[in-house]
Amino acid sequence: MARKITYQQAINEALSQEMSRDPRVIIMGEDVAGGAGTDGEDEAWGGVLGVTKGLYKKFGDRVMDTPITESAFIGAAVGAATAGLRPVAELMFIDFMGVCLDQIFNQAAKFRYMFGGKAETPVVIRTMYGAGFRAAAQHSQCLYPVFTHIPGLKVVMPATPYDAKGLLIQAIRDNDPVIFCEHKVLYTLEGDVPEEPYTIPFGEASVVREGKDVTIVTLGRMVHMATEAADNLAKQGIKCEVIDLRTTSPMDEDTILESVENTGRLVVVDEAHPRCNIATDVSALVADKAFDSLKAPIKMVTGPHVPVPFSDVLEDLYIPNAAKIEAAVRLVMGKKN
Amino acid sequence: MQLSKADLLKAYRMMKTIREFEERLHVEFATGEIPGFVHLYAGEEASATGFCMHLDGRDKIASTHRGHGHSIGKGCDVDAMMAEIYGKKSGLCGGKGGSMHIADLDKGMLGANGIVGGGPPLICGAGLAAKVLKTGGVAIAFVGDGAFNQGTTAESLNLASVWRLPCLFVVENNGYAEATSSKYSVSCDDFTDRAAAYSMPGIAVDGHDFFAVYEAAGEAIKRARSGGGPSLIEVKLNRYYGHFEGDAQTYRGVDEVKNIRATKDCLVLFRRRVEGAKLLDASELNKIDADVMAQIENAVKKAKAAPKPTAADLMTDVYVSY
Ligand SMILES: Cc1ncc(C[n+]2csc(CCOP(=O)(O)OP(=O)(O)O)c2C)c(N)n1
Ligand SMILES: [Mg+2]
Repeated sequence: MARKITYQQAINEALSQEMSRDPRVIIMGEDVAGGAGTDGEDEAWGGVLGVTKGLYKKFGDRVMDTPITESAFIGAAVGAATAGLRPVAELMFIDFMGVCLDQIFNQAAKFRYMFGGKAETPVVIRTMYGAGFRAAAQHSQCLYPVFTHIPGLKVVMPATPYDAKGLLIQAIRDNDPVIFCEHKVLYTLEGDVPEEPYTIPFGEASVVREGKDVTIVTLGRMVHMATEAADNLAKQGIKCEVIDLRTTSPMDEDTILESVENTGRLVVVDEAHPRCNIATDVSALVADKAFDSLKAPIKMVTGPHVPVPFSDVLEDLYIPNAAKIEAAVRLVMGKKN
Repeated sequence: MQLSKADLLKAYRMMKTIREFEERLHVEFATGEIPGFVHLYAGEEASATGFCMHLDGRDKIASTHRGHGHSIGKGCDVDAMMAEIYGKKSGLCGGKGGSMHIADLDKGMLGANGIVGGGPPLICGAGLAAKVLKTGGVAIAFVGDGAFNQGTTAESLNLASVWRLPCLFVVENNGYAEATSSKYSVSCDDFTDRAAAYSMPGIAVDGHDFFAVYEAAGEAIKRARSGGGPSLIEVKLNRYYGHFEGDAQTYRGVDEVKNIRATKDCLVLFRRRVEGAKLLDASELNKIDADVMAQIENAVKKAKAAPKPTAADLMTDVYVSY
């Protein structure tokens, strides 16, 4: 039975159902319960935004608060994954990856290949990304392209509550390290989510709008900006096909290429900085494999190449929005803006 | 350590400015006008003040996410700080940083920091520069009890020790890292126990007592300035508000904050001591109170009225932008 819950509740439900199913699944992170060692309430926070609230009450010591030592506990999650557990570690903000990156990209990502296929590292690192909270340069980044660059990691970018649940369950059951990226602005988004557990395979994009004129490839929060743009453009007679990548590694090349072969036009929308991001990656793919189908140059709509600013006016200018996407679409359609 | 009357007045003004700055932000934040995350330093004023009273233009400090007190202590302009917190163009960082990134390098304030444990390595660098350039300067990393566990802190303690840097590592132990007690997260009872492992002095001090902090700070700074190397100082204190504004603080005991405010207010303790010893009289301190209230009122008014940055500001201050 599907009912409406938020993105945040969908994540919580996926964690809860997987922990009930498999005793090897544990959670660790800073204040994922909260209140450790204090005189007050036991599960005082349930994560900084309350995403893991209730899990400590249900699963007790399988939900572990950690000292502020990302290198040690993210590394411990990786190590535990090689030794029989299936940890879900929370890296509170993706920006903190700087503190613990070695344990992710030199350790977790490398084991399976470097050890000749003998290692399995079923760890999930849940992390929050993106601008929109006025949280400034060190709490607002979109660093998923960095993880996408690294062989051995799977990178997941749910845009809806439905996808968040299905992709997280898939991530937990997956035997490779998965970076599970949650956009902080999406936590309160509601959508239909089945109560029962289900999985969504990695590497399968979802076509959220069908259209014959322009392909818009996007991911994460930008899916919503792109559909808003597509709906506005539809009223002007421009039909966009909006593709939500859902995972950037593996990436569903077929769906992108098929769509561009039909439309002949591509706009890629990515909140990340413009250099070496998912937009450049998708553009390169299409230039490489579907160049002959293109009727117009590819356009990218991205955040600018500057750190995320604090001030609300600047942050609003920073974030790609429907108007910018519409302008890009009109451009590839050869229409005046 | 003897404090002149002028110093006593300066210290009181510093503490009071920090307190009123934070109390006012608490009120203003609740109106929804202030964007982002704001972590208040109220209750901890004696620490920043006890250290910063010893510092001059040669010296550098690195702060944390809870950085307003250190910034005021190191001489950052209060109006510009307030404007920064409101995201205004006249802010200390042009509105690009906000509360968590207030910095003024000209003043030797290397920045509040959004990354827990971000400061200590930078302070090793600032200490190294002072040593190589023979400025006589010292460099102080303020860290919380939570940050005290970070690898960056541990590595910095070791580096400062082996390079004999003029650095201080000041652990402001307010008992909590977010909603987690330091009793749970820190492996030793006394933070100073870790000092021995890095062959440096470890001193614990009551952070509600300005005079205790001032004295311990003075000794460690003197030692650092004269080539004696780094020190670790644990300042035991309390925060009056939540981890950040909006924190319901259900992890804290009933009446915990009320009791702390009633018995351990560093401003009240300071007043009691200087008035009791007849070093200053109440009217002098009352006058500072009134001045500070007016100053903060003015800072808030100016910040609210100030213009925001404009589109042209988005792409500046980065060496190349696309
Ligand atoms: C590397 C990193 N990890 C986690 C956080 C989230 N965070 C911000 S402040 C904080 C608690 C810090 O506690 P403490 O060092 O004791 O300082 P206090 O807040 O008590 O002043 C945490 C976990 C962060 N900003 N950076
Ligand atoms: Mg603390």
